[in-house]
Amino acid sequence: MGAISLRKVEKTYGQGAKAVKVIHGVDAEIADGEFIVIVGPSGCGKSTLLRMVAGLEEITGGEIAIGERVVNALEPAARDIAMVFQNYALYPHMSVFDNMAYGLKIAKVSKAEIEQRVQKAAQILELGGLLERRPRELSGGQRQRVAMGRAIVRQPQVFLFDEPLSNLDAKLRAQTRLEIRKLHQELGVTSLFVTHDQVEAMTLAQRMIVMNGGRIEQIGSPEEVYQAPATTFVARFIRSPPMNLLLGQAEGARFTLGGQALPLPRAAPRNGPLLLGVRPEHAQMQCDGAGQAPLWPMQVEMVEMLGAERLVYGRLGGAAFTLRIEGTLTPPRPGEALMLQVQGQRLHWFDAQSGQRVR
Amino acid sequence: MDTTMVERRPALTVLGHLVMWLGVAIVAFPLYLAFVASSHTAVEIVQAPMPLLPGSNLWETYKTALLGGGEGAGSTAPVARMMWVSLVTALVIAIGKIAISLLSAFAIVYFRFPLKNVFFWAIFVTLMLPVEVRIMPTYKVVADLGLLDTYAGLTVPLIASATATFLFRQFFLTVPDELVEAARMDGAGPMRFFKDILLPLSRTSIAALFVIQFIYGWNQYLWPLLATTSEDMYPVVIGIKRMIAGGDAANDWNVVMATALLAMLPPALVVILMQKWFVKGLVDSEK
Repeated sequence: MGAISLRKVEKTYGQGAKAVKVIHGVDAEIADGEFIVIVGPSGCGKSTLLRMVAGLEEITGGEIAIGERVVNALEPAARDIAMVFQNYALYPHMSVFDNMAYGLKIAKVSKAEIEQRVQKAAQILELGGLLERRPRELSGGQRQRVAMGRAIVRQPQVFLFDEPLSNLDAKLRAQTRLEIRKLHQELGVTSLFVTHDQVEAMTLAQRMIVMNGGRIEQIGSPEEVYQAPATTFVARFIRSPPMNLLLGQAEGARFTLGGQALPLPRAAPRNGPLLLGVRPEHAQMQCDGAGQAPLWPMQVEMVEMLGAERLVYGRLGGAAFTLRIEGTLTPPRPGEALMLQVQGQRLHWFDAQSGQRVR
Repeated sequence: MDTTMVERRPALTVLGHLVMWLGVAIVAFPLYLAFVASSHTAVEIVQAPMPLLPGSNLWETYKTALLGGGEGAGSTAPVARMMWVSLVTALVIAIGKIAISLLSAFAIVYFRFPLKNVFFWAIFVTLMLPVEVRIMPTYKVVADLGLLDTYAGLTVPLIASATATFLFRQFFLTVPDELVEAARMDGAGPMRFFKDILLPLSRTSIAALFVIQFIYGWNQYLWPLLATTSEDMYPVVIGIKRMIAGGDAANDWNVVMATALLAMLPPALVVILMQKWFVKGLVDSEK
């Protein structure tokens, strides 16, 4: 029903010599009822991709299918989709009710049916008492819910969300995130959600598509993306502070960088120049130096207190290294030398040139 | 409260009020004189000194003005008819200008068509060609089309408006793209979008323009002077002029003043009635 296929989708702006390609052949299969989050830095083409699915941008190459139907040539309204915009795009001169009913009126749905669908959506979104209000009389969170209501009443095959939470304050954002998840569980409609916020992506997604520079870097569940990032880009983009990446020479169970040889708990997948990735939360401090070998020496430069945890910035073999420790531990002092311990399964290896994961 | 801009000095307040009252007097006194003059008989007001208090001939004067048939040396045509001509002309010009400008701005902002920029600049350039500049060729065209002494002849040459088109264009450009896209997702075609979304959003601008253009149309003098030759197609602004005979002839000054006041009435009413909308349209950026 609401499955989406992206087949070699390309987008080029302009023509001839001035043409700029922003999407470079994207392939993805999205199952019916899935909640997919497209995440990436600004300018990576994620919104463009969403707008191509919506029909607001022309598709320059490849095809997009919703259900069984290729929708390349269809108007947005004919694609059986609904979209929630970043700034909500509510019609300012219409009441909440009319905002939700407008699309149905155009589609010539009967009055009774419109009334019933809007009331139901209002009930789900707790907008009951606000139906006669104008958008400007609503708070940001309420406007956001009206925008979702407008999408729900159309009973589409696919929901598209274009950074719908970015205009809300932090508290409301977390709350709305939960509401969106609940809504998805209730309605089970295929959803495509675009965001630049990796926390939003991790918490909402059943599967996420990480994009960079108009290409897909990785498609996978949040666990897969966190535990086995496919590229150095994904490794550094997901989770903050990002993964430490150390460039050096691997040789068996030894990794040399900046003239310093680090013993490895488990042999590198291959010898030669490699990028070694370690997440800040996966290295442990060994204060007494009595832990299990192998240990890595780290020079502390700065410590930041974040409440529940501390971030320790320093150098390891000449390269910058960030460490995350429990807030309750006695923090190391700048200038101090630490011994770090990392477990073998916590090491990530990437090709030094391509940045691709090496298994 | 020392830090606010409001200064509490009685002398300044008194001075400020004086200046304001002086301003009010300068604007209001001539109007008052016109009113006083229109309430006397023609004989009474030509005596020196001129009376400064209202007389008892008010209804008589206005009846003479509206229905015509005065004793003056100039035109004695009925003003009621002229008011009607003026009203129709001003309304057609105001509504016509708004309708045409809305549509052309809509086309220029929301559609891609060949030579779009050329058309935009063509409209823009007409800003430099007001009626006064193109009056001879326009007269020739209107005369050849047989439109002299008709409402069409009075209004059509004045309807095209670059100013209004430009104003609506600027307004449409501030309407967020997301709104257009939301309407597209809702399945609204271009004309539906225009009718359901753009028009309601433009209503304050439309009101402001209506006020401005109504007064513009009402106050037209030069063009009607050329385009009309028959008594029953003269607008009231020309009517006033024609009531005043030159030389030493005895004019019915009371009737002339009554006509002037009558001619001022509709624009003033439009401004007063639409004041709220007018101000909103000029200063509001609410969308």
